Amino acid sequence: MIDAAPAPLFAARHFRAEREADWHELERLLDIVEKKSPRRLSSDELLALPRLYRATLSALSIARETSLDAAMIAYLEGLSTRAYFILYGCREPWTKQVAGFFRHGWPAAVRSLLPEILVATILFFAAALAAYHLVRAEPAWYGAIIPDAFAAGRDMEASTAFLRDSLYGAPKQSGLEIFATALFTHNAQISILAFALGFAFAVPTVLLLAQNGAMLGAMFAVYVPHGLGWGLLGWLSIHGTTEISAIILASAAGMHIGRAVAFPGRQRRLEAAAQAGRKAALVMIGVVLMLMVAGMLEGFARQLIRADEARFAVAGTMLLIWVSYFTLVGRRHHG
Amino acid sequence: MARRPKVQPTLERGLVTPEGVVLHLKLASAGARASAFMIDGLILIGCIVALTLLAVLAFWLLSASYPGIIAVIWLLFFFALRNFYFTWFESGSRAATWGKRAMKLRVVARDGGRLTGSAVVARNLMREVEVFLPLTFLGFGAAQGFVSRWLMILGFAWTAIFLFFPLFNRDRLRAGDLIAGTWVVENARRDIGTDLIADQAARPAAISFSAEELAVYGQFELQRLEAVLRRDDPTTIASVADAIRGKIDRWDNINDRVFLDAYYVALRGELERKLLFGKRKRDKFDTIA
Repeated sequence: MIDAAPAPLFAARHFRAEREADWHELERLLDIVEKKSPRRLSSDELLALPRLYRATLSALSIARETSLDAAMIAYLEGLSTRAYFILYGCREPWTKQVAGFFRHGWPAAVRSLLPEILVATILFFAAALAAYHLVRAEPAWYGAIIPDAFAAGRDMEASTAFLRDSLYGAPKQSGLEIFATALFTHNAQISILAFALGFAFAVPTVLLLAQNGAMLGAMFAVYVPHGLGWGLLGWLSIHGTTEISAIILASAAGMHIGRAVAFPGRQRRLEAAAQAGRKAALVMIGVVLMLMVAGMLEGFARQLIRADEARFAVAGTMLLIWVSYFTLVGRRHHG
Repeated sequence: MARRPKVQPTLERGLVTPEGVVLHLKLASAGARASAFMIDGLILIGCIVALTLLAVLAFWLLSASYPGIIAVIWLLFFFALRNFYFTWFESGSRAATWGKRAMKLRVVARDGGRLTGSAVVARNLMREVEVFLPLTFLGFGAAQGFVSRWLMILGFAWTAIFLFFPLFNRDRLRAGDLIAGTWVVENARRDIGTDLIADQAARPAAISFSAEELAVYGQFELQRLEAVLRRDDPTTIASVADAIRGKIDRWDNINDRVFLDAYYVALRGELERKLLFGKRKRDKFDTIA
């Protein structure tokens, strides 16, 4: 027997009265997550969160079809959107992200940039070679390639003794740590610029890379005639194997973006750009770290280690570390 | 080739959740983005000024014992602030810097998925060409005299493409957003509002309306009326009440607000009842019901 219940009066009023407590509870939980931390939620609350989200989302669907309360629908939509981004946008904890970055994210991103890295490497050393021959043939080019402030007297007219002192002499200023930091921030800023300029179809990136290569070549053109070519190589490579690798990686990252924007292939242009950008950003985080290492090598190790053999040993070790890290680490990881 | 149908340039975008419900996201306007950036810029400048003052103070106090360390800290802090202020805050659970929080905005992935750390880094490293490069051409270059006037003008015109990029596309994407696959949406919290019909349910209806009197309006007018009732502005109430009384020719001798409340409850009940039968009367011109 069915009770003679009052007529089933379905109205937004009942709909809202029945569910409003759930919505406010969801709002409270979201506030905790946003303003404090997800850790503050008790395990019951953590279980309730997805349930409340789905309930709110389903309430939104029903309200859209049955209710004409514009304010309530807007509220439900706003609440559902907030909950959606908190639930579906949640990320792994920092420690896991950092571990994942070093274990596979970074080396895998570097490996996937291989074509650009090859092009950037060839370009860099081709520019260096061209500048070397240019300056050897016509010394006037030196001033055009290397700014005076950077040369600091190390130009075509410099004496052998002066040049030798610039390689092996005791450090003149005492503030090695300031020097190292300034080098790091400057180089990192330049490589971030090279990366960002990749967006302009990589043209400025290529120019920046070639300019750096040319400066390297021109420096050699100064030292080689004095028989100090090997010395300069040791002086440069102690940090250069790290720093030049970082510069090449940054340029390759920029070129990767430029390539994706210009030639998206089968993907839509925006998707291709987004994919390339995220991959290149991973590489760039690594580049900043590499430059930090390079800055320390340049600021401390180069000034403190003055024998060619020791310098080459450090340079070779660093290069070996980087190459084997990028080629070997994280190959097993899928997904 | 067939022309694409012209898309109405609105800032609303649909996002389908895995549960199959469409959520409407509202993209942040260029003005809101610019204001948010201004706030962040001021915060950054404030931090740098404060940091420099601190460094000077520290240098003055203990320069004799540790001359280098202060400069090193200052350099590193400046570098971190310039490059990672935005990244740090956008990596948090609110995905917004202080400026964006103030303007009630947040960053989300364009595909609705999770906003990865690499996307946040990508979108913020691009600021180097969007903000600092134009500044270089404008300010530093002129101050240090290493660029001529023409180089400055041409350089700025070139970098202005990046600076004003959000104005040239429908989705208000910065170059960084484009690279990272993100966009910035409004995240304003909306108020649920009082339940207009719950208040009325307790009291008996002041007056009742006939079916014809309720047939003159549709959903659009109802929701306008809702907005008027929620705002509760006496002159608007009076003029709206006049308009409705004229339309349905009812001149009961009662208070305007009471009349409108009663009419709202009756009209909404009527329209929602029809809605349950699948008949949505969109506005007063809609003849579906």
